[in-house]
Amino acid sequence: MNAAILPSPAPIGTPADEKDFLLAVEALTVSFDGFKAVNDVSFYVDPDEIRVIIGPNGAGKTTVLDLICGRTKASSGSIKYKGQELTKLSESAIVQAGVGRKFQTPSIYDDLTVFENLEISFPRGRSVFGALTFKRDAEVRDRIHEIAQTIFLKDQLDERAEFLSHGQKQWLEIGMLLIQDPELLMLDEPVAGMSVGERIKTAELLNQIIKGRSVLVIEHDMKFVEDIAHRVTVLHQGKVLSEGSMERVKNDPKVIEVYLGH
Amino acid sequence: MTSPVQSLSKAVTVNDNPFMKPVEWVSLLLLAGVILVVLPLMLDGFRLNLVGKYLTYAFVALGLVICWGYAGILSLGQGVFFGLGGYCMAMYLKLEASSVENTKIQSTPGIPDFMDWNQITALPWFWQPFHSLPLTLLLVVAVPVAFAFIISVAMFKRRVGGTYFAIITQAIAAILTILIVGQQGYTGGINGITDLRTLNGWDIRTDHAKFILYFVNGGLLIGCILMAQYVKKSKLGRILVAMREKEDRVRFSGYSVAGFKVFAFCLAAGFAAIGGAMFTLQVGFMSPSFVGIVPSIEMVIYAAVGGRLSLFGAVWGTLLVNWAKTSFSESFPDLWLFGLGGLFIAVVLIFPNGLAGIWREHIEPRLFRKAKGLAPVASPALPHGTPAE
Repeated sequence: MNAAILPSPAPIGTPADEKDFLLAVEALTVSFDGFKAVNDVSFYVDPDEIRVIIGPNGAGKTTVLDLICGRTKASSGSIKYKGQELTKLSESAIVQAGVGRKFQTPSIYDDLTVFENLEISFPRGRSVFGALTFKRDAEVRDRIHEIAQTIFLKDQLDERAEFLSHGQKQWLEIGMLLIQDPELLMLDEPVAGMSVGERIKTAELLNQIIKGRSVLVIEHDMKFVEDIAHRVTVLHQGKVLSEGSMERVKNDPKVIEVYLGH
Repeated sequence: MTSPVQSLSKAVTVNDNPFMKPVEWVSLLLLAGVILVVLPLMLDGFRLNLVGKYLTYAFVALGLVICWGYAGILSLGQGVFFGLGGYCMAMYLKLEASSVENTKIQSTPGIPDFMDWNQITALPWFWQPFHSLPLTLLLVVAVPVAFAFIISVAMFKRRVGGTYFAIITQAIAAILTILIVGQQGYTGGINGITDLRTLNGWDIRTDHAKFILYFVNGGLLIGCILMAQYVKKSKLGRILVAMREKEDRVRFSGYSVAGFKVFAFCLAAGFAAIGGAMFTLQVGFMSPSFVGIVPSIEMVIYAAVGGRLSLFGAVWGTLLVNWAKTSFSESFPDLWLFGLGGLFIAVVLIFPNGLAGIWREHIEPRLFRKAKGLAPVASPALPHGTPAE
């Protein structure tokens, strides 16, 4: 969505300059018993951008994702998603607004089949009554099969999720997000613990699914980051240390000092 | 639309999600046959009435399968809802038994006898709706469900769960018992509401009435099983399982987790309430000893022994434990509680999925392997913990 295409008086309550960003995080701070895990962090994500957040352990990367998706409540600051303030919404409302989140360890339902895992994530029948009357119709099935094909699991649909390999579980969770069709996809270490082959496939998968959405990724694997990132944000001790292209960040002396140099 | 995707979806068999699988139909017919045909033919009136009483507990166990087995919410206070349903029914029956002619020797005729003994001279306001049978039938379910709704909204919106929830439900059971016992003038106290006679003019104390009520009870139980089956088979049932495992994932798939927990808890309360009302009708009284902690925990044991993931297992478990209790406590009254405790430990340690688990893992494969022949590896994907029936 370009500002140029928008009708000139911006919609009420949203300054025109904010409409450019899909996600605008400003002066975000959260403190746990006085310890500021995230301290005055600001960054902006454009539509269709792949942004990677890197930083040493304890830099606050996962906390930033937790704050965006509402798992942790911010102490101060704002998170605007398409002009909508997320800090006041419940987790489910944030998801319904179009933000999807993948957890660090694969978070899937072991007792259900791959098909059922994907079905639960299908964005329909999310109320109690809606879930009671939900029909597994052709639209749902087709979409699930389409996603299963994308995430390399079309032959495992009947299988209980607990029997998948670690990499397959990660893909399943990515698939569960895809079926929600979020405009902002947040991935926490999507290739951690994967084999080289799985890693290559995952990069391929991510490149395929980013069309038409923004992706916010936390990742430690520098090779992987170089492959996918449009821009990189480096966090250190809860603050933004550096930001820009991978090339720029890599050559930033501050970053080399705290992170890449080791 | 003939996309490759569509042809693909036809090739995969995962999609058929029938209301009941053949084996479940067999289980249902077997259960219905035993309850509605075999037992009435085999047992005398006294024993049949006893089975009818046991089956009222099965409603509670059925609710626990959904609430505890599926949704993972352990409630140690189901006696509260069983009791409230039972008390609602008892209040109606008591008012009918306390007509002015029947109570003309009291200082205030027309009110229940225990009120008169406690120097209460007018019927309290909350007894008034129980003059009407239709209203009573509604309140039998509505009062416990509304109470369950208030408790569960208060807890689950604040994300109180697991052990804390179980302890709080247990505390509520204790509090309600104390309240009922303490407010003797309004509730009949420790004796409960006794000397119930007629339901809308129909004498419920006769053998014939008890025989009819047994079948009404059985029919309602089958109805509740079908309702639970519908919930279990719907996407809601799968969300409950998902929630039990990864609550956060469900939340971040866009569901309000609290709402689903409230539903499961209220459904269980509704089932328990129907059981309580049928108990009052068949046994002829209601007392606080069915509300408190001990009966609530016993009901959890019924579900555990039967298999907390199996609707049919819960009914069989209830029947078996109660049959054991009756025959055991007739000969060794002091030992029964130890037996019950031992049974619970055995369930937890040795057969965590109860009778249904034993059936599914050991008996069913042997029965159906030879009969089927084809696809012997059809269900290796059903180890312990599977929500499938």
